Amino acid sequence: MTQIAASAFDRARPERSRRTQGDEDRAKTQRIIADFPILARPTSRGKRLVYLDSAATSQKPRAVIQALVDYYEQYNANIHRGVYEIAARATEEFEQARVKLARFIGADTPEVIWVRNTTEAINLVAYSWGSGNLKRGDAILLTELEHHSDLVPWQLLAERTGAELRFIPVDDRGIHVLDDLDRLLDGCKLVAIGHVSNTLGTIAPLETIIPRAHAAGAVVLIDGAQGAPHLPLDVKALDADFYTFSGHKMLGPTGIGVLYGKRALLEAMPPFFSGGDMIRKVEYAHTTFNEPPRKFEAGTSNIADAIAFGVATEYLQAAGMEWVRGHERQLTGYALERLAQFESRGLAIYGPRDPARISGVISFNFADIHAHDLASILDTEGVCVRAGHHCTMPLMDKMGWPATARASFYIYNTEADIDVLCDGIEKAGRVFGV
Amino acid sequence: MDDFYRDYILDHYRNPRNFGTLEKSDVEAEDLNPLCGDQIRMQLQLDDGVVKDVRFSGQGCAISQASASMLTEMVKGKKLSDVARLSKDVVLENVGIGISPTRMKCAMLGLRVLKSAAIGELAGWPDEE
Repeated sequence: MTQIAASAFDRARPERSRRTQGDEDRAKTQRIIADFPILARPTSRGKRLVYLDSAATSQKPRAVIQALVDYYEQYNANIHRGVYEIAARATEEFEQARVKLARFIGADTPEVIWVRNTTEAINLVAYSWGSGNLKRGDAILLTELEHHSDLVPWQLLAERTGAELRFIPVDDRGIHVLDDLDRLLDGCKLVAIGHVSNTLGTIAPLETIIPRAHAAGAVVLIDGAQGAPHLPLDVKALDADFYTFSGHKMLGPTGIGVLYGKRALLEAMPPFFSGGDMIRKVEYAHTTFNEPPRKFEAGTSNIADAIAFGVATEYLQAAGMEWVRGHERQLTGYALERLAQFESRGLAIYGPRDPARISGVISFNFADIHAHDLASILDTEGVCVRAGHHCTMPLMDKMGWPATARASFYIYNTEADIDVLCDGIEKAGRVFGV
Repeated sequence: MDDFYRDYILDHYRNPRNFGTLEKSDVEAEDLNPLCGDQIRMQLQLDDGVVKDVRFSGQGCAISQASASMLTEMVKGKKLSDVARLSKDVVLENVGIGISPTRMKCAMLGLRVLKSAAIGELAGWPDEE
């Protein structure tokens, strides 16, 4: 399993390196692209696949796909039970994956709880921690940028407990406005913030918000669905109490995600789901629960996907998360520059314009072409972008956008991809006569 | 799909027919496509079971708006019972073949609203019973 760490792009690092930074970055990206089988498959129209929707889900490298196959072909067995060889190996690989995830985010291993995805992680906290810790008169503080998955669970929690929902506002470019933060934090028990906006790419000023939230006595949950895949991360340095993210947005399979929680919090929380594997001792009338993380992992886990998620984090670590961030920042800068050339013809770019404040996401509209029509025309050129409300309907309402097109970048994207995107936008302009 | 955005689709998108609202309507319905945010409202004026006038309003992509616009042209003068029986083939003929499955909901939104208005009127709306 672990041989993937030294993947192709690291072995092939050029020794004589007289190239410019840009060339080296390009060469590394080409080696990465070669690791993603789907990127070599042309579309049904014979176009090169230009995948610009990694904020929805990322593509998977061969090593991750192979890890799934290896589990099912070589050691498919249930974990934490069997005494036979393949069961022992399955348990070992599964628990090793937890170690890899802990290492990737800077956590202690028992603080990593497997869940299906970010949404499940947030719901787990909303029920298990929220129901016991919030009461009428308490406040929950979110931001106006939140994805529905970091909003609806808190709305339901507020309804159950009588707590009040508050929002950190954003300005018309989607940047957090912290002028009233102290007032908003007054009486606040929980702060839940997206690390990166999936609609606008805004990186939240966590280093400002988290210490002030703690000083006000609040527990802080970071929705890291768009953070963990793209930014160097150390949950201890960040001092987040909970951090949630999904495997499929960071080169891993669907159906597996992580809830990180500080050990003391996890130990004090009641189970969310109950059943097998999360118990210590069961009598007919009473049960003693297991320690975290297994207290929160009822039933047979998603074994193969957890193992493959571990491999995905190794792949990202081999590429280097500092490199990932730098690569995406540079691509975002290039994309903003190219898209700006259409502004005189009615293209509107939403969100922050400074690549330092965005993590690889750009939302836009072109004249009176509806985002879905734009996405359909881009599709004919092999370009995959998302169009719609991006599961942030309140933000769209606030900004007055019925829908936007969204391009999002990852480690396998290149400046050439952005050029194809711009050619597609040009084509849409021709079709619609703008 | 390359030729999906034909001139007449764009024409109906840019210059929708029967667009707006009726001050007095006998029956109306509204629906949206939550995935895309497309939204259509249809209003009908009836005369002895026949559609005398029709207006639609809403917002959304070219497919949803053009499809709704073309439908309004077809239903004027039709019996309400015939409107209730319109099939999706009518829409497919209007907008042309080759529409991708993901965009089918956009194309069918206007028809869905129109039919629910007609069927609701013929069968009685639940809140009137």
